[in-house]
Amino acid sequence: MPGGPFLGGYGPALLGGLAATLQIAAASLAVATVFGLLGAFAKLSGNTALRGVAATYTTLIRGVPELLLLLAVFYGGQTGLNALGGLFGWDYIDVNPFVAGVLTLGFIFGAYLTETFRGAMLAIPRGQAEAAQAFGFAPWRVLWRITLPQMVRHAIPGFANNWLVMLKATALVSVIGLDDVVHRAGLAAAATRQPFTFYAALAVIYLGITSLSLLALKALNRRFSLGVRTAEL
Amino acid sequence: MDWSIVADALPKFALGLQVTLALLAASVVTGLALSIPLAVARVSARRWLAWPVLGFTYALRGTPLLVQLFMIYFGLAQFAWLRDSLVWPLFKSAWFCSWMALSLNTTAYTTEMLAGALRATPHGELEAARAAGMGPGTVLRRILLPGALRRALPQYGNEVVLMLHATSLASTVSLVELTRVARDVYEDHFVVTEAFGTVGVFYFVLTFLLVGGFRLLERRYLRHLAPKRAGADLGMKPA
Repeated sequence: MPGGPFLGGYGPALLGGLAATLQIAAASLAVATVFGLLGAFAKLSGNTALRGVAATYTTLIRGVPELLLLLAVFYGGQTGLNALGGLFGWDYIDVNPFVAGVLTLGFIFGAYLTETFRGAMLAIPRGQAEAAQAFGFAPWRVLWRITLPQMVRHAIPGFANNWLVMLKATALVSVIGLDDVVHRAGLAAAATRQPFTFYAALAVIYLGITSLSLLALKALNRRFSLGVRTAEL
Repeated sequence: MDWSIVADALPKFALGLQVTLALLAASVVTGLALSIPLAVARVSARRWLAWPVLGFTYALRGTPLLVQLFMIYFGLAQFAWLRDSLVWPLFKSAWFCSWMALSLNTTAYTTEMLAGALRATPHGELEAARAAGMGPGTVLRRILLPGALRRALPQYGNEVVLMLHATSLASTVSLVELTRVARDVYEDHFVVTEAFGTVGVFYFVLTFLLVGGFRLLERRYLRHLAPKRAGADLGMKPA
């Protein structure tokens, strides 16, 4: 490879961008988990209004492309924040693409996780919560000690799937200007006139993270399924 | 909400919609056509058939579509032999590259879906077919594939909706589809709701139509799985 070892000297720069990508993915996952849990509780609650709000949330988000939402939040956030700032006489504020990306991706995948968590909670036999109540557990304690731990096991496949999809969606944040690994690869490609090399390297990096995630999730699945008997095929 | 901007931009939206739908249709058709033989290879007992397909699906499902798109649109320009060849005009065009990237991506996902559906064929069906004297080609054509396509229908409907959303990525390689039009209208007038909101409504309606369409297909092809309606008369007379 001309220019020196390790991707013509651009290797470390690429890996620097990778740190930003992984940070976005992790932060978005956290935000999405919060939105997902709230959404799942809302959908399973007895309150019709709450159920309606949650249903609107999941339907709307799943009906629109992520890139569109990302652009809308980024530009809308800029415009909205600056309109607000205009009222107070602030200077022009630049919305941080990292924040915009994390909030949007978290919001979007929260909708998908709502369905995952809802399905997981429905998979727990009702007798568990009933027995806990019979023992005099307060509702929050039932949730914390009985429902949530069991929900985790059922939620893992869906959660894993959503993590993998979201990991790939973080590539979109480069479109709103975040200096992540996709952006760095683009810069390196332009500088060396070797776009294929760098985008292929990018693909290998993502494939590596995906593979590591799959291994970790398999281990997690095994840990949470200890003592569970599966059908002997 | 400035409706005049929306009204003025309506021709642009219509054009973007056309491009989006054309890209979606072309990619879905190509993807399905390619994935059927690949799925058959994927479940084959012959490792030299199954493993390359596994490699293909693993690579394409494990990397972002955006990266795949960039590899084809920006990346292939690196190769002089391609630039000098007859097919270069094709590979220069954003439409061709978007179609190629989307098709390959959906092929990978659909192949895995169909492979799973093929593996879920009840063994009795296979035994009966062989007992009736059907050769492997006939079994595939009359028993395995129709059953697998039926079984994969709900998941495939989901995949087509995801493909619709994926067409928005073509905006990053300057294809003028709906998302690109949204950005253009925003850059012309700096209005977020009129630009992105309108296009959002377009996508939402398209998604709704696709989901409805697949639900109708499911009602026809998966009728045997529908719950029995109360009081359904089986045509049995009382003794």
